[in-house]
Amino acid sequence: MRADEAGPLRRGARVLAAVTRRGAVVAAGLALSGCQMSLLNAKGPVGAAEANILIVATVIMLAIIVPTMIGTLVFAWWFRASNTRARYRPDWAFSGKIELVVWSVPLLTIIFLGGIAWIGSHQLDPAVPIESDRKPLRVQVVSLDWKWLFLYPEQQIASVNELVVPVGAPVQFLLTSSSVWNSFFVPRLGSMIYTMRGMTSQLNLMADQEGTLHGLSTHFSGDGFSDMHFPVRAVSDGAFADWVQGAKAGPRLDAASYGDLAKQGTVEAPRSYGSVEPDLFRRIVDQTIPKGPGPAQGADNGAPPTVKPKGGS
Amino acid sequence: MLGKLTWSAIPFDQPIPLVAAALVGLVLLGVIAWVVLAGYFPYLWREWITSVDHKRIGVMYVLLGLVMLIRGFSDAILMRSHQALAYNAPGYLPPEHYDQIFSAHGTIMIFFGAMPFMIGLMNFVVPLQLGVRDVAFPTLNSVSFWLTATGALLVNVSLVIGEFARTGWWPSPPLSEITYSPGVGVDYYLWAIQISGIGTLMSGVNLVTTILKMRAPGMSYLRMPMFCWTALASNLLIIAAFPILTATLAMLTLDRYLGFHFFTDEAGGNSMLFMNLFWAWGHPEVYILALPAYGIFSEVISTFSGKPLFAYRSMVWATLAICLLSFTVWLHHFFTMGPGGDVNGVFGITSMIIAVPTGVKIFDWMFTMYGGRVRFTTPMLWSVAFVVTFVVGGATGVLLAIPPADFVLHNSLFLVAHFHNVMVSAVVFAAFAGYTYWFPKAFGFTLDEWWGKAAFWFSLVGYVWVFTPLYVVGLMGMTRRMQHFSVAEWYPWIVAASLGVIVMFAGVVCQVVQLVVSIRRREHLRDLTGDPWDGRSLEWATASPPPSFNFAVMPHVEGEEAYWAIKQRAREQARLREEPDYEPVEMPLNSPTGFVCAFFATLVGFAMIWHIWWLAALGLAGAFATFVVFAWRDRVEYEIPAEAVARINRLNRASRLEALQQARRKEAA
Repeated sequence: MRADEAGPLRRGARVLAAVTRRGAVVAAGLALSGCQMSLLNAKGPVGAAEANILIVATVIMLAIIVPTMIGTLVFAWWFRASNTRARYRPDWAFSGKIELVVWSVPLLTIIFLGGIAWIGSHQLDPAVPIESDRKPLRVQVVSLDWKWLFLYPEQQIASVNELVVPVGAPVQFLLTSSSVWNSFFVPRLGSMIYTMRGMTSQLNLMADQEGTLHGLSTHFSGDGFSDMHFPVRAVSDGAFADWVQGAKAGPRLDAASYGDLAKQGTVEAPRSYGSVEPDLFRRIVDQTIPKGPGPAQGADNGAPPTVKPKGGS
Repeated sequence: MLGKLTWSAIPFDQPIPLVAAALVGLVLLGVIAWVVLAGYFPYLWREWITSVDHKRIGVMYVLLGLVMLIRGFSDAILMRSHQALAYNAPGYLPPEHYDQIFSAHGTIMIFFGAMPFMIGLMNFVVPLQLGVRDVAFPTLNSVSFWLTATGALLVNVSLVIGEFARTGWWPSPPLSEITYSPGVGVDYYLWAIQISGIGTLMSGVNLVTTILKMRAPGMSYLRMPMFCWTALASNLLIIAAFPILTATLAMLTLDRYLGFHFFTDEAGGNSMLFMNLFWAWGHPEVYILALPAYGIFSEVISTFSGKPLFAYRSMVWATLAICLLSFTVWLHHFFTMGPGGDVNGVFGITSMIIAVPTGVKIFDWMFTMYGGRVRFTTPMLWSVAFVVTFVVGGATGVLLAIPPADFVLHNSLFLVAHFHNVMVSAVVFAAFAGYTYWFPKAFGFTLDEWWGKAAFWFSLVGYVWVFTPLYVVGLMGMTRRMQHFSVAEWYPWIVAASLGVIVMFAGVVCQVVQLVVSIRRREHLRDLTGDPWDGRSLEWATASPPPSFNFAVMPHVEGEEAYWAIKQRAREQARLREEPDYEPVEMPLNSPTGFVCAFFATLVGFAMIWHIWWLAALGLAGAFATFVVFAWRDRVEYEIPAEAVARINRLNRASRLEALQQARRKEAA
């Protein structure tokens, strides 16, 4: 075989191998994903309660919509013009009894689901603390362009793009933003909440199993949005204490280093800060620290890229 | 001199938009050159561009909608294929480009695809169904259309000159404020929507006035066809909701241009206010699109079941209930901002209540088919598929209305799948059902059924194929608008969704082929009677295409289903009604006002986007001058002599008589 023939062949084989590899990933993923529905397989009480509501409400509605779908198809097919056995009733256009049923069925369903909505809204209000014998961990969250800052006021440390929480302890989040909106979400723990500048929002979550979970922003916040995901490590008390101790060795987070962090850009790896300027969070919220500056000056016309795609992490 | 506009505004370094735009530009120039060289321009100018005939304007609206649906769909192809290549990889669209594409996709589909399509069908059908000769304000109608076209043009100009918004189709501040979006993208969005929004609002005023004030003698409200009811409800919503959008976007414009602080989260401004106001328009907007869709399905299902609409009055109540309730649900767009249990609970319940009248409609459509003789034509296929798939979207909607469920599903691909499930099955299916159903009325020949059915099946399968995986991946915690991702479990579902797009694409191709084939075979598909589907409402009582004056004499309506009654009598007596006494008809004169206004509006929009102040002033002056010239016109109407009216009507009567006799011969045999 001559070299100039081998080239395309080899290339073809490479492409084929790549396609097969990707295909295998696809197939394996499909097989796995049955048990990978994060939202239905929660690792904390809030998420579990929400999954429960999701399932109950879906089952109730399936009981209505499946017969409706079947009925529609059956009616349409049975009463097809070519079916001589179907009785044609060209003037039949009203029935009080049917109307009664037709209004009652959705109404009763909605009354029932409305009850679930009302009770659920109160019980699972993100601002309501989780009942527990243990003292809650307080975490202050700031969304920056395009990374997450987690402040631990009691431990006096901070981390970027990594959230570490002890298993079994309620976590009280207080959240804000340095610039644009984001939404803080750890699918396997439950409820998301928006972060907005000059405002704080509250969220209470708890992890009840050890493990590393996926956290992300769900509200689009600009070019680096897709990189705003972070690992959430739910660890034992001992491991948490060790992590805090390890973080203490890190640099100090003050207004100046915060200012650097608030500039647009993504961070490659999680980092931590050993000490934090007191009141930093309060000053971010009441805007006595400058907001995230946004794109650099001169980015006026056209669309100069402010962030280079990393291609995943 | 040219404000912010420089050569750097043209993305020479980005091949995809440049090539796409060059291609579109070439096609456009080619068409214009062909039109001019072949000598069609005077015809186009006289019969279409300056026409104030509601039918012509309706057709142009639908054409605009069709073209923009294809543009929006090509954005969808880019997004889906990009994401399929963006697992642990950068994909082929950099973030700043990808962000523009999903923003443009939403903006185009809602404002320039779905809206013109629905408004076009209402424009074309409503006056015919009401038995009148035109809308209340014919020239205003033309202005409305051309302003909508201006908006669509501006959005497409942003492909080549500058950029489009990178903020999503609702430009939520502070991201859309000048600090975080200093480019012209958001300005393109603002001016395109503001200008077309004026058109939409005027169109709403026009149709409401028409329905309230201009019905044929005897056409009381409760004798109006269902489509007119839904059109009335939809246009009332336009009148109530669009000013909110205009005001909200005007505030954002002030923020961006003059340093105001409505939504900046500074100096007393609050970005949440934007969210509130935007969705106070945005949720009614969903029903502005869905209500006429429900009307189309009502007409189609009733016609092809050979029965009156089941529980007509109940349907009217359900329509009005949806119209009112649609204003009480907007807060469900931000359950996740933490408004508290009481607020979330109340708005969760109001959002669910809207499912009650909608559910009633579903059941009533079912019972319309019950006892009927269902003919499975293309419009009927779209309608049955709508009922079956829409209930799934309705159910996931109710699910999302439960606040604790929304806490985990908000902004996810589950949500994306939900609103595509409802918008595609309701609005897009209705659009194509209505398009196939009324096409013979507009052009005098039916569309090819084989290609129509092929388009239907590919679209249906493709649509289920694309959005089912998105539901699943949403339950796995995947959020919308990701330029790349690194979660292995999501990947196969994203690939699956992308493959579905190929099937949908086949549907789009069939839809285009259907039109081409039908035009070529038009003599074969010709309908001379004006009533190809055995219709029940007044639009089928006149010729296809209807004469400019619609009806030779105003029809007298004596009950529900006005035309069905006339037709039954003719069938029983085996003859048409007595020939009426023809009188001359006064019709409004053509006017270039709309086109010229839109030309100046385009200048204003473009100039404001690029801060070319003198040009903006010039454009405004020009638009005002056009209005003044129109207001000072001497002649308003022209007269069609009675003989001409008689001649046109007799032609149609002859075909109808022949059809009637043919039917009787068939029955006798």
